[in-house]
Amino acid sequence: MNDQNAPTRSIDNSTAMAAVQRSLGKRNRAERRFRFFGIASIGIALALLMVLFWTIISSALPAFTETSIDLEITLPADEIDPQGSGDPAVIGDANFPKYIKRAMYSLFPEVTKRRDKKQLAGLISPGAAFKLREHAMSDPSLVGTTIVLRVPMSDDVDQFKKGQITADIPESDRRISDKQIAWVQTLTDMGLVHQGFNKTFFTAGDSREPELAGIWGAIMGSIFTMIITLALSFPIGVASAVYLEEFAPKNRLSDIIEVNINNLAAVPSIVFGLLGLAVFLNFAGLPRSAPLVGGMVLALMTLPTVIIASRAALKSVPPSIREAALGLGASKAQAVAHHVVPLALPGMLTGAIIGMARALGETAPLLMIGMVAFIVDFPGNFTDPATVLPVQIYLWADAPERAFIERSSATTLVLLCFLIMMNGLAVILRKRFERRW
Amino acid sequence: MTQMNVKTDDEILSENSMTASSPVTQEAPRPTFVTRGVDVFYGDKQALFGIDLDVQASGVTALIGPSGCGKSTFLRCMNRMNDTIDGCRISGQILLDGEDIYDDQVDVVHLRARVGIVFQKPNPFPKSIYDNVAYGPRIHGITSSKSELDDLVKHSLEKAGLWGEVADRLDEPGTGLSGGQQQRLCIARAIAVQPTVILMDEPCSALDPIATARIEDLMGELREQFTIVIVTHSMQQAARVSQRTAFFHLGELVEVGATADIFSNPVEQRTQDYITGRFG
Repeated sequence: MNDQNAPTRSIDNSTAMAAVQRSLGKRNRAERRFRFFGIASIGIALALLMVLFWTIISSALPAFTETSIDLEITLPADEIDPQGSGDPAVIGDANFPKYIKRAMYSLFPEVTKRRDKKQLAGLISPGAAFKLREHAMSDPSLVGTTIVLRVPMSDDVDQFKKGQITADIPESDRRISDKQIAWVQTLTDMGLVHQGFNKTFFTAGDSREPELAGIWGAIMGSIFTMIITLALSFPIGVASAVYLEEFAPKNRLSDIIEVNINNLAAVPSIVFGLLGLAVFLNFAGLPRSAPLVGGMVLALMTLPTVIIASRAALKSVPPSIREAALGLGASKAQAVAHHVVPLALPGMLTGAIIGMARALGETAPLLMIGMVAFIVDFPGNFTDPATVLPVQIYLWADAPERAFIERSSATTLVLLCFLIMMNGLAVILRKRFERRW
Repeated sequence: MTQMNVKTDDEILSENSMTASSPVTQEAPRPTFVTRGVDVFYGDKQALFGIDLDVQASGVTALIGPSGCGKSTFLRCMNRMNDTIDGCRISGQILLDGEDIYDDQVDVVHLRARVGIVFQKPNPFPKSIYDNVAYGPRIHGITSSKSELDDLVKHSLEKAGLWGEVADRLDEPGTGLSGGQQQRLCIARAIAVQPTVILMDEPCSALDPIATARIEDLMGELREQFTIVIVTHSMQQAARVSQRTAFFHLGELVEVGATADIFSNPVEQRTQDYITGRFG
């Protein structure tokens, strides 16, 4: 024993201390370096995130305002309802675009040329006529009077008013002519043009006209799709996780299943779309473009995430709880149902919500099953054709009109808000139900 | 070698059952548990070698021995808690009141209702104190009404010496109690199922001396009604609480006998070495 210790003892105490000092400096430098790299990476990540948010928000904000005009419109009784029946069906058949145009022409009596008149009428959105029609039909007594109605202006005027299109650009390169700009100026000077909150964006469905397009249809589609996804993936995922974790014998087969589930979580989402197309649409004959099928495909995609998160949650329940229940004579199923699953539930819910958040932002698999169609109506149930928020972003980002670009960004912002809300909910659930033992 | 050991154990056993039984009761000894040739394997590793042990009804039997000697494994065999461990195999016979508990006919749920267990680390459910105690009776349907259940919970907590401390806060979580209180709650929870045997796996190893003393006092009271088998690391504890002691070493039952005999006058050299602190 003493012989072994002899060489170490022979090192002088002071030399040992000096060596420690030297290595200490080196270690401290290494530690500082390591921390700096960590902080630098976080800084880069945050900076990129800021850039992302700044880009999206700055390009999205204009979409939340719209340009409209107070038009004095005459509704001639002899043209709209010559019999004076007051029947909305009769009123609905009238040529409302004509009255809008007339209202515009009366503002600029000097415009007489056919081409100019067309340009003048083009300042107003085609949606104005629909609005006027609805207005007249809801109150037949307006027929034969002159009313002032606030109607949307065309997206080009809107873009000009927001400064997205400026007069500096050569006339041939912009969608609004010099004449139109002059008219808009005149109308603005007359105090007829208003810029206000764009309610249409949140209440309307898709449209070919940017000023009439909204995301409510896409939101409804997303909600229907998510309901199906949650209803399928959560129960199936939790049941599989509970069986695999608590009941399945640990053998080769369960190992293979585990590996495959983990692999499934990494499969590109479009593959699930192809599967949905082949199985749900072509084989099972389910309706195309429907939230039902979209939800089923996304449920397939979400399942591995839910299973993996649920298994992790079950694993984190201390074995002592299982033993306590079993030791009292609870059956395996009772121990799991009464104690293990309730304790694992917050973790399972968190996993499900994160899986849902991923599904909510998913586009590719939905393209394969036809949810990419141009759909104006709101979906009323699970089998109506619908689109979802991310697909709406994709569709609008592709559109040639400048005004669709900002709406695309605004939709992204709305989608991000939903995602942040869902992740926030996951955090709250985790904090709220976190148990200590 | 093993053969020889088993033989000596048998001799000791018969010897001890004679010496231990005569002074305690005049009746013939009525062992609650009889184990014969119990081998336990974890995978390929054998943890217990041919254990033959009788556990007397009412009274405390202590299982002592160094870490890894298989005493906890043996305890967990007695209410089949080892069933939950993957790769654990058991051969031999364990008879509870003459019935082989590893028989296919035996429902493990029923067995565990008769043989309760208290674990090393207090493990109350993260539920209220009341629900902790009421859980066992509820799943077994022991009580038929709310008031009956209330009485049983009260009675069990009283038996465990916890009623006075928690009577006014039964709705609070069991996990909020101190370590010693939690362990007594676990004992109350086990008692509530009305078992005949209570197994205790080092019930005091996570507790401070004061809490330990309370649990030991409790065992003294409970042994009137229940057969208690306790695994302990502390020889002092074994000496204090038990009437019979079994010494395990390297998966073998080395010696079993009246506690006083084991500590004052052990037959085996290994027992002698262990209790005098030469190893373990």
